[in-house]
Amino acid sequence: MLLLTCPYCGVTAEETEFHPGGQAHIERKAGTEHSDAEFEEYLFLRNNPKGVHLERWRHQYGCGKWFNVARDTRTLEVYGSYEIEAKEPPQEIKDRIAQRLAETGLPEKTVN
Amino acid sequence: MKRYSVFAVAKNAMNYHQGWERAWRNPEPKAEYDVVIVGAGGHGLATAYYLAKNHGVTNVAVLEKGWLGGGNTGRNTTIIRSNYLQDESAALYELSRGLFEELSQKLNFNIMFSPRGVLMLAQTEHEKRAWMRTHHATRINGIHTEWVDVARVKQLCPIINDSPEARYPILGALWQPRGGTARHDAVAWGFARAADDMGVDVIQNCAVEGVDVENGKVTGVRTSRGAIKCGKLGVVVAGHTSMLTDMAGFRMPIESVALQALVSEPIKPCLDIVVMANTVHGYMSQSDKGELVIGGGADGFNNYTQRGSFHHVEETVTALVETFPIISRLRMLRQWGGVADMTGDRSPIIGKTPVENMFVNCGWGTGGFKATPGSGHCFAATIARGEPDEIAAPFAMDRFKEGRMIDESVAAAVAH
Repeated sequence: MLLLTCPYCGVTAEETEFHPGGQAHIERKAGTEHSDAEFEEYLFLRNNPKGVHLERWRHQYGCGKWFNVARDTRTLEVYGSYEIEAKEPPQEIKDRIAQRLAETGLPEKTVN
Repeated sequence: MKRYSVFAVAKNAMNYHQGWERAWRNPEPKAEYDVVIVGAGGHGLATAYYLAKNHGVTNVAVLEKGWLGGGNTGRNTTIIRSNYLQDESAALYELSRGLFEELSQKLNFNIMFSPRGVLMLAQTEHEKRAWMRTHHATRINGIHTEWVDVARVKQLCPIINDSPEARYPILGALWQPRGGTARHDAVAWGFARAADDMGVDVIQNCAVEGVDVENGKVTGVRTSRGAIKCGKLGVVVAGHTSMLTDMAGFRMPIESVALQALVSEPIKPCLDIVVMANTVHGYMSQSDKGELVIGGGADGFNNYTQRGSFHHVEETVTALVETFPIISRLRMLRQWGGVADMTGDRSPIIGKTPVENMFVNCGWGTGGFKATPGSGHCFAATIARGEPDEIAAPFAMDRFKEGRMIDESVAAAVAH
């Protein structure tokens, strides 16, 4: 069971109060000026790393807002959550990820 | 290979069963193979078997990071069925189900295929219509299914709660009498033994760490046991597909999530079919040992941990206790998870990749076991010819670019 914190209402709760929304920071390439390949990339292609994953969650049974989470798909460790408008994790979360990876000796993502 | 038979058992009994040979060799990797398959699960081993058997390609290595059949092959609930809505899926899964019927004889290995029948309950009006539609679709595709009423459901499965007062009352069911189960480990072992006998090298504890690509063409793999050159490369690594394609420089329409299952303590025989309840999301069968084998939903988030979470166990058993009240006091013995590779349309990807001579067979998500022989059959043909065969062709990965989905997520209303 993951424990997640909503950056908007500040509530920390179990994962059943939230709903996962997949990879974060996907650039929307779905206009008429975009190619089929870009459309495919936007809709379907995913990084799917075995390691640090930036992803969206929704505080479904709370304030209802979408937000971003940095989490490790190997250990299920949550590195922190941040606002949906951000283009990348804040420096504080990046530092925490770097510190935890140094402590555990894990690479950012495992290759096999 | 010494054949397994009643005579072999009698003969070996004479010397206290000390004379059995290894089921497959433990070879050192050679420097070069015609075909390298990554992943010695059921699908990878089946691919190697059919490459040798149907296409005469025997200079083949199957590389496995851990041990043979230790991934999703040994972690599923062993259900075999082919009652799929879409024509492309029906063709693929029915090919597979048909191959299961004579697989024990073909492999000379008892895979314990048990066509005990699969019952898919309809518990809402919507689900009833969906299953009736599936029933008609499968009949058109030449697959035997029946739409059965509540009385017949109760007859097939006496322990079921058929009360109209239930939270989700049973309104009927889609019945596939030739569906069933098989021993999942035995499927992997049988394919490994038969492939090994034809000269295929099954190499365990050999992790692939890099894919060598020159001028857009695959030339070999780097492994924990040295570099191995190959003419063609087949990637059959389920939840770890994105990592292998990352090494070759392209991305996949796949997300890896954990799917879990559990078994109860063994009890006397009480359930001789497979029951799936998709609305409440639980499915159950009874193993030959007497354990009730229970599966449920997948985690919704990316997860490589091969373990599940307790709230999913709770959801699944709550649903099943409502459907099968007699299990309410059973204790659960074991619970485990596997890493399922989910695609956008919940159908697999079989075929060519942007890298020449590199092929993928993945995206089986939560329902790959039933497809093991069929998947190997058409993937072997695809690798041998360099072009997909007619069963595999619709499952090419470019369908996501072309918008030509094989939409089983809508057809099944759940992951399947």
